[in-house]
Amino acid sequence: MEIRKGIAVSPGIAIAKPMLIDSKDYRIPRRSILPSQRSSEIQRLRKAFVTAISELEEIGSAKDIKESKIKDIFAVHMRFLRDRSFRKRIKDFVSKELVTAEYAVSTILREIASHFAGIDDSYISERAADIYDIEKRLLVHLLGKQQEEVEGLREEVVILSSDLTPTQTAGFSKTFVRGFATEKGGRTSHTAIVARSMGIPAVVALGDLSSEVPPECVVIIDGNRGVVVIDPDEDTLKQYDHYAQQMTQFVSQLDELRELPAETRDGVRIHLMGNIEFPGEAEIIMAKGGAGIGLYRTEFLYLYGGQEPTEEDHYNAYAEAIHAVDGKPVVIRTMDLGADKLPHSGWHAKEANPVLGLRSIRYCLQALPLFKTQLRAILRASVLGDVRVMFPLITTLQELRQAKMILRDVMEDLDDSEISYNADMPVGIMIETPSSALTANLLASESCFFSVGTNDLIQYTLAVDRANEHVSTLFSAAEPAVLRLMRGVIQDAHKAKIGLSICGEVASDPEFIMPLLGMGARTLSLAPPMIPEVKKIVRSVTIQECNQLSRKIATMDSHRQIQNFLRDAATRILPETF
Amino acid sequence: MSEQTSEIEIEIRNPEGLHMRPAMQFVDLANSFESDISVGHQDISADAKSIMQMTMLAATCGTRLRITAVGPDAARAVEALQNMVNNKFMDDPDVAISEKEG
Repeated sequence: MEIRKGIAVSPGIAIAKPMLIDSKDYRIPRRSILPSQRSSEIQRLRKAFVTAISELEEIGSAKDIKESKIKDIFAVHMRFLRDRSFRKRIKDFVSKELVTAEYAVSTILREIASHFAGIDDSYISERAADIYDIEKRLLVHLLGKQQEEVEGLREEVVILSSDLTPTQTAGFSKTFVRGFATEKGGRTSHTAIVARSMGIPAVVALGDLSSEVPPECVVIIDGNRGVVVIDPDEDTLKQYDHYAQQMTQFVSQLDELRELPAETRDGVRIHLMGNIEFPGEAEIIMAKGGAGIGLYRTEFLYLYGGQEPTEEDHYNAYAEAIHAVDGKPVVIRTMDLGADKLPHSGWHAKEANPVLGLRSIRYCLQALPLFKTQLRAILRASVLGDVRVMFPLITTLQELRQAKMILRDVMEDLDDSEISYNADMPVGIMIETPSSALTANLLASESCFFSVGTNDLIQYTLAVDRANEHVSTLFSAAEPAVLRLMRGVIQDAHKAKIGLSICGEVASDPEFIMPLLGMGARTLSLAPPMIPEVKKIVRSVTIQECNQLSRKIATMDSHRQIQNFLRDAATRILPETF
Repeated sequence: MSEQTSEIEIEIRNPEGLHMRPAMQFVDLANSFESDISVGHQDISADAKSIMQMTMLAATCGTRLRITAVGPDAARAVEALQNMVNNKFMDDPDVAISEKEG
């Protein structure tokens, strides 16, 4: 049994046989041909092109593709396959070098891909992935392998892969593919988006997977906790079977639970809100009985669509989410990407240390037109409902003041053009660095609310990159340092009488609900599908119990001890959930 | 039919440069003409009808390109391509919106 932790990008539990999809390396050995074989080799090449083109035509005309953004990607691939000078380059390589068609395809396409990858413009360099996709499509035909065995599936599988390309996911059968686990990727990777649209669980950034998978085994993908279990032992399998069943039960109990308040046994009201990425997810929050959108991540707008989002792109997305929650609060977080991740920034400098570099609010404060466009859209949307704005990665009071000054500038611009907005829109910040946690009392005097982003807070406090498998085990919310910072932030927020919510992954970790309540948190923002489960925990505990537990762990000295204690406590309170 | 040569210099001004979708539009338009069309950037010359060559130019926003057409419809070809580039590929609806907002 092998347990791997990654980033949960689409919720749910899947248990099935794995199907490994190789997307990175078709290593083609150089094989020579005789001069007399030239024409038959070129004939093979032509056939591969013809088949690949008709395959693309078929994919492109499928209804769900026609209406989606992937359509353009395939249209470009098609142009390549039809490009005479592209085909000539491969053909010439076969005749001059006297090598096999597959070797020529692989060599030339990799030359082109590395040409793209070497260009210092992320929009262009990322297009290398398209070239690999074309390479793979041609090689499948030349090597005589059946195109994605996935298409001929007759039993349920989970897909394990390095990363998934649009071509691969477009061919997946919704009936038989039950989940995704990939070695690379992030919250907004293609895998994440497809999984969410298919409503199946996905976990990404798991590190090397393929070497760990024995033949004839079962794989569990836990898209709620970001865990993948390869070849589970009987107990684990039983546990997950049970958990999966319970998930189904939760869904059926939902109606009953939905109407009940998220209130502890001693009558303290807890606000359970949802984190979303796409406006469409707001409906899930409502269906799960959530109290609003506690964190609206807006990065998606910048990563897809080919160009920098316009004010209308922003506004339309926000308006859709605001309407969906029907008057409940919507906390919109401004752009939280690194300059290196922004395709349109024209940002060329390579940063040695991007996590500590020009990213998030720091980038926005330098790229004013981009920042102002987003703020204008948020302000315009502020009249549509209970909208609040939140600045990410604030480290100093100075930064917060600067960001608020720009917000005021944008308000003045709107005044000039007589566009209405809510002048009292609450302005809050993410607390996700030790610096802001330690100066929370200062920041509280100029913020309407705090939201503790535990994922980054842990990363910056413990100096651990959880996507790096060599150190990822050091990443834990139960470290005394992390808990102390969180406790301090919560207390400072209460003293200043400002709003406070917890929006990192711990807010949906069943074992962490009690300590969070015990430390004083009354608002949690979590992955929408987890709301019912957390509500159930909230309704099973008393604040008194939580306070006791929180005081107890404050005296412990290691994350292991704390983790074990929390697990025991949670199991005692709510045995059926664990 | 007489052979003509037509040449012009243009500047790429849409933010994402001459890549993928814009390149596709450019190549499609070039292919609708009979003339041979080449696009020069510094010392490199690319066939305007080849998506591979055009994308490999890596013409980002601000790049200046020299379009040369030789053939019966050379003048019309150069004019059409120039219009498309100057209008920042306006037949793309998203670009059209951002354009209006300045």
